[in-house]
Amino acid sequence: MMPELERVLPTVQKPARYTGGEFNQIVKDKSAVDLRFAFCFPDTYEVGMSNLGMRILYGALNEEPGVWCERVFAPWGDMEDAMRASHIPLYALESGDPIRDFDMIAFSVGYEMAFTNVLNMLDLAGLPIRAAERTALTPIVAAGGTVGVNPEPMADFVDLFFVGEGEDVDLEVVRLLKKAKAAGWDKQTFLAAAAGIEGVYVPSLYEPVYRADGTLQEMKRASGAPERVTKRIVERMDEAYYPVKTIVPSTEIIHDRVVLELFRGCIRGCRFCQAGFIYRPVRRRSPEALVKIAEEALADSGYEEITLSSLSSSDYKGLGELCDGLLDWCEPRKISLSLPSLRADNFSMGLMERVQKVRKTGLTFAPEAGTQRLRDVINKNVREEDVLNACRIAFEGGWSTLKLYFMLGLPTETDEDVLGIADLANKVVHEWREHASNKNRGLRITVSTSCFIPKPFTPFQWEGQISREEYMRRVTLLRDNLRARCVTYNWHDADTSLVEAVLSRGDRRIGRVIENVWRAGGKLDAWSEYFSFDRWMQAMADAGVDPAFYACRERSTDEVLPWDVISVGVDKAFFIREREAAYRGVVTRDCRAGCSGCGADRLMTKGGRCDG
Amino acid sequence: MDRLLFRKEGRARYISHLDLMRTFQRMFLRAGIAIKHTEGFNPHPYVAFAMPLPLGTESDCELMDFGLLGDTDRKDVPALLNRAAPEGITVLAVYEAERKLSAIAWLAADCRLVYDHGVPPDAAARIRELFSRSSLTVRKKTKRGEAELDVIPLLKDFSLEQTGERELLLHVTLAAQAPTVAPAQIAEAVRLYEPALAPDFAAFRRREVYDQDGGVFR
Repeated sequence: MMPELERVLPTVQKPARYTGGEFNQIVKDKSAVDLRFAFCFPDTYEVGMSNLGMRILYGALNEEPGVWCERVFAPWGDMEDAMRASHIPLYALESGDPIRDFDMIAFSVGYEMAFTNVLNMLDLAGLPIRAAERTALTPIVAAGGTVGVNPEPMADFVDLFFVGEGEDVDLEVVRLLKKAKAAGWDKQTFLAAAAGIEGVYVPSLYEPVYRADGTLQEMKRASGAPERVTKRIVERMDEAYYPVKTIVPSTEIIHDRVVLELFRGCIRGCRFCQAGFIYRPVRRRSPEALVKIAEEALADSGYEEITLSSLSSSDYKGLGELCDGLLDWCEPRKISLSLPSLRADNFSMGLMERVQKVRKTGLTFAPEAGTQRLRDVINKNVREEDVLNACRIAFEGGWSTLKLYFMLGLPTETDEDVLGIADLANKVVHEWREHASNKNRGLRITVSTSCFIPKPFTPFQWEGQISREEYMRRVTLLRDNLRARCVTYNWHDADTSLVEAVLSRGDRRIGRVIENVWRAGGKLDAWSEYFSFDRWMQAMADAGVDPAFYACRERSTDEVLPWDVISVGVDKAFFIREREAAYRGVVTRDCRAGCSGCGADRLMTKGGRCDG
Repeated sequence: MDRLLFRKEGRARYISHLDLMRTFQRMFLRAGIAIKHTEGFNPHPYVAFAMPLPLGTESDCELMDFGLLGDTDRKDVPALLNRAAPEGITVLAVYEAERKLSAIAWLAADCRLVYDHGVPPDAAARIRELFSRSSLTVRKKTKRGEAELDVIPLLKDFSLEQTGERELLLHVTLAAQAPTVAPAQIAEAVRLYEPALAPDFAAFRRREVYDQDGGVFR
């Protein structure tokens, strides 16, 4: 350990986050590897170590001969101050070596509010934040995760983006970089070659051209740069790498348990939900494979809890078989199984009893909108009777704590829809009065609302976001009508939603805003103790950016979008069809009831079948 | 009751007391060693540590009580656990506990005092003199705020060696339980009474635990 670090660690909160050395970390002989890879997560250790994607790619990269992949997280403010004061550069946890000397620095960016952290971590590493100022071949700075679906806001800082799932494309780029190092290529030569790998977007090969009204006219391409970069997927999940020997942190993290990924993609097609479209097609692991993975991971880690992970776990084909298989192993060992992401429409007593066998946790339903009309608009195919039915089953089973999630500001929303939320909450209270098996405990309902954020690659990608003032008016309207004493109302503030809306549909000009915020001290923006709305507004003003142009303006469907250069496999024509259906209030059936031809199945080129 | 002697050093010294309990519970599960659980509404594997080790302090003499179940042989336990341990935690021995942990009376520890610009020439002599006084009061944090504590009656042995141009090593034997004094308070006494000799950095390592009669405690 660096002597400077030894002095700093006793002075900071939770120092075990900064030491590495955990069970199952991978340490290799430095002299025997020819490529050092820093896998950076632009948030704290507790958040990053809870991320399954990071664990998968860490394991997969380290299986590659000659490559040593290590972990790097964002330090909390006290640690950052101490590091800067003691001139400790950002280092990788396994070796303690400064990452500026690594060959590749790759960020897994899952949300827009982490953008400033990417800049901060590059700076802490002692590297220029702008890609153009890093002229040597190494380190190459890459980014993947959901940032890959609209890379433009981060285009000035990142050398290349991974679009889609990283299992294969990461390794292809790493192998190319090895070759480049051995052959002594310069950075431009390497990036031009990397752009030829499917699923790699090299922003320096594209130049945005804007119209006088500020909208995008086109993306000028350098020769050889692909017109569109199509996301990569893992086609056969049972054959894909799974980290059964996973790092067990020596300090508590957010999701401190084994995570079992059931499937990728979603059959639902809720029109506001980016995840529901960008992870298509639907690909599942078999129950047999999952039970085996779970047993190995639990035995190897010593964890006493396992959670099922997917966008909608009750849509997993073979859930009964899987739960039986898991419980056969878990129950005698007192290992608890948790099952988040259930849908109210196929929530069954049998399923609940199975999960309840080990531990009873709180229940959460997300009707998203208060009236059937609006739920049809957003294609949330949940009927009021489904929600009430699920609540009744839960109350009969002894549950008395319930969370209900909604969005305000959805396209076409009226005051009647807002009041529908209060109405639904009242009906849930009524259901409890009629059916609760144990009323002594008292009912506790939490209603939460957030402000709708239009996202790229959804049927609502052209929509305007409501203003902060309008959101607060609707919050007040709802608050005044949620009168039952057992109902608590929480609303997510509109400030972060506005910033998120600007960033998620931003173009390359937003890079200046991100840089301004970071220069003004912005970091850890996903944390309320660090986020400053005023700092973001000032940064936009300084960069000449009008937030309403990006967040609140309705775009026409023929406008060139900054993310048109990316393909997630779902056709734009499909999104337009879905948008029109939304305005007509027509629902689209789920993919299992009938394929609606989104186009994502064309990503399966090796004989696989969507939802097969 | 079974007892386990272990070492905690290097990066593992930053694992907190609470996290260490969880770490050991998981080590037993990973090693496939069944141990006794607590009774009650939410049973969990029972592990109890002799004296909580301050965050950042290393140790060669940590003791932990637990109860083996099933047919695991005690002599196999260290190797099984060490394969399941994070870096820096080493199980040295497992044996049947004969005496209560409360019989630990004295703790031998090293205090490493580091001077970035070299050990001041008269430091060794002056620090020796300091600890030969009849009374030396330091402030001690308690649950109810700060209290005064005289370290001299709680200090059984003291010796000092210069281990490098920039380093002094203090070997101390301190009262281990009620009242207790931490090795860090020895460094604190230097800072308080000899401000000119205040080290730039101090690090601590427990070496051994003894009973009232001066025998090694196990």
